[in-house]
Amino acid sequence: MKTNVFLGTLAVAGMTAGMAFADGHGGSTLDVVKERGSLKCGISTGLVGFASQDANDEWEGFDVAVCRAVAAAVLGDPTAVEFRPVTNKERFEVLNSGDIDMLSRNTTWTFSRDVDLKLEFAGVNYYDGQGFMVPKSLGVSSAKDLDGAPVCIQSGTTTELNLADFFRTNNISYQPVSITTASEAQQAYLAGRCAVYTTDASGLAATRASFENPEDHVVLPEIISKEPLGPLVRHGDNEWGDVVRWTLNALIAAEELGITSANVGELSAAATDNPEINRLLGTEGNLGEQLGVAADFGAKIIMADGNYGEIFEKYIGENTPIGLSRGLNAQWTDGGLLYAPPFR
Amino acid sequence: MSGTHAHSPSANTAYVQKTIIEPSPPPASETGAMKWVRENLFSSIPNSLLTLLTLYVIYQALMVVVPWIANGVWGTEGEGPNSLDECRQQLEGAVGGCFAVIRERWQQLLFGNYPKDELWRPTVAFFGLILAALPVMFVKLPRVLLIFTGIFPFVTYWLLWGGTIWAPVLFLGTVVLGYVVYSKLVGQSFFMGILGFLAVVFIGGNFLVGPIADALQGIIPISLSDVESREIGGFILNFVLGITCVSLSLPLGILLALGRQSNLPIIKGICVVFIEFIRGVPLITLLFVASVMLAYFLPPDANFDIMVRVIIMITLFASAYIAEAIRGGLAALPKGQYEAGDSLGLDYWQSMRLIILPQALKISIPSIVNIAIGLFKDTTLVSIISMVDLLGMIQQRIFNTTEWFGVYWELLGFAAFLFFIICYGISQYSQWLERQLATDHR
Repeated sequence: MKTNVFLGTLAVAGMTAGMAFADGHGGSTLDVVKERGSLKCGISTGLVGFASQDANDEWEGFDVAVCRAVAAAVLGDPTAVEFRPVTNKERFEVLNSGDIDMLSRNTTWTFSRDVDLKLEFAGVNYYDGQGFMVPKSLGVSSAKDLDGAPVCIQSGTTTELNLADFFRTNNISYQPVSITTASEAQQAYLAGRCAVYTTDASGLAATRASFENPEDHVVLPEIISKEPLGPLVRHGDNEWGDVVRWTLNALIAAEELGITSANVGELSAAATDNPEINRLLGTEGNLGEQLGVAADFGAKIIMADGNYGEIFEKYIGENTPIGLSRGLNAQWTDGGLLYAPPFR
Repeated sequence: MSGTHAHSPSANTAYVQKTIIEPSPPPASETGAMKWVRENLFSSIPNSLLTLLTLYVIYQALMVVVPWIANGVWGTEGEGPNSLDECRQQLEGAVGGCFAVIRERWQQLLFGNYPKDELWRPTVAFFGLILAALPVMFVKLPRVLLIFTGIFPFVTYWLLWGGTIWAPVLFLGTVVLGYVVYSKLVGQSFFMGILGFLAVVFIGGNFLVGPIADALQGIIPISLSDVESREIGGFILNFVLGITCVSLSLPLGILLALGRQSNLPIIKGICVVFIEFIRGVPLITLLFVASVMLAYFLPPDANFDIMVRVIIMITLFASAYIAEAIRGGLAALPKGQYEAGDSLGLDYWQSMRLIILPQALKISIPSIVNIAIGLFKDTTLVSIISMVDLLGMIQQRIFNTTEWFGVYWELLGFAAFLFFIICYGISQYSQWLERQLATDHR
């Protein structure tokens, strides 16, 4: 049973290499996706609330919902997604090499990523920011009181750089305690290896929610960075970029217009009095045709998992263990930053 | 006094012992458990202190671990608890592990994302592995069983990855054909035989099996649903990698070890460079090469399966170490053994096969087993290149679900438990094997 296995695998690999002709770069991504019948969507390898696998191997979460919405828009089927979990390090390379069609993976929109790495951000689906969590017993009320504290920090992320900047501008010192994953951070923090844990506010909320006694820990008021997270695609394929951008906008606009998964069937059955709802749901105008997808793409998107607000509540909202409030991620009409351009 | 030999019953003798005194039991402090305790635990004051200290530490550890396990919440299917929160509610503040996570996620832990309806396939493969391994491990079993061992890799490949049955069947046929060619050529020389075998398998495997299998599938379709490599995960991924790589690296390691001892300068040079290079590079580096760098050397459209790439890398890595272990065995043989082979008129391959290697391999067993155990544990490193093995499943997936975020020791303890069983088993087997093969009278 020795040499045989090796040669067997080799030969079969040769066969599959011949058969599995990788999806080439030629042609627009939209056509490739339609032809393939499924969307290849890069997601996080696991991030509480944003992308996680349930016991039946189904992916779910806030970032995953964006993938499903795009699949619903293009293919009319929110389950026609091939999820490809990618790590922090490989995510951009995988996207640029054409292995995946889009990336919806908690990625901060920054200048260099947009310009230097030749990526195109399709918008922002979550406005995050870096914060601090400390045990209540420490008696600290502001991050500026943390002089000399050991801080748990995920190495190799923008949070590490933000932290250094913050402490330098405030002229205080800290001892970094390097950790690699959120669960490791949680253990290190609970075991007292660090007095402070810093990461994106959403991550802090999730970590705090997992504690046995969450009320013993406080998230400090300072938010020291801007982390607009959103889905992204490759540079140079603008039609595809438009599809992803307007899918996201449709989710946001639907909430503003009051279209929910409960009433979308009724609203899309026949034209209503509100022309913008009609255009979004495809009962009026030809927005779908302009975008190169079905006329009722808007209705399909909302049917997948609901509008932005519903997705938020389902995966990371106040009724979930993570318990995030809308904050910056409320509609502009409620004092938040969500502002979808008009569907016209 | 013990003498009771009364040679003359003299009347003057005041007292003669007439019966044998029963041997009295040794003092209580010199026997049984008391003696053992006194000698081993309380033989001196410092040792007594150390004993007490150790007992205290063990007691403390047990006081933490035992209630944690005994109180653990397993829950039931359907009723839950299905999240860490529910676990805590059920425990009501008491200490206890939340083992419900293992109950809910055991399929993912063992099989990764393998399709749920097809889980019988890896299960059958696993039991097949036991059957296939038995005749290799225990020489006393009937040799006929080795046929199953020979077929097993092909069956397993088909079971795990699915697809048409004809590809593995035809490939098995190619290997058999290769063996026929080998047995024809081996008369000339062992090396020619091997070359012939490899040529047949290479040509057949690469150019003939694919088209013929497709054609046969068209006529008699027998197939299982396809499963992609990245769906295979959990503990079976560790198993597939561990077993395949150990089995492949052993013959490769033998060849490398012989090559390093060779008189032919080019072969020797290649082997030395290869071994030293691989040993000088960390496994993680090789895995990164497999996952990222190889793409630069392959044509852009070649979609070389990640599993094959990783198997190749781990095999190369392990074979370099095994080669060194076997070289140790070769070096330990007295020169007379080599000369004995020469004086019998055996050629190089014959003397290696019949005289040198059986002895050298026997000497190398402990080191080879050591490498095998290390290799099996090293397969968890693949989790850093996006392959979701047992550890990857735990760290990347289950740790990051909303329900189980914060569960830590239960899952890692479970992983440690699984690995311990396997590694301890291998270790015990190797010790048994060493005793079996002990022909010297040390």
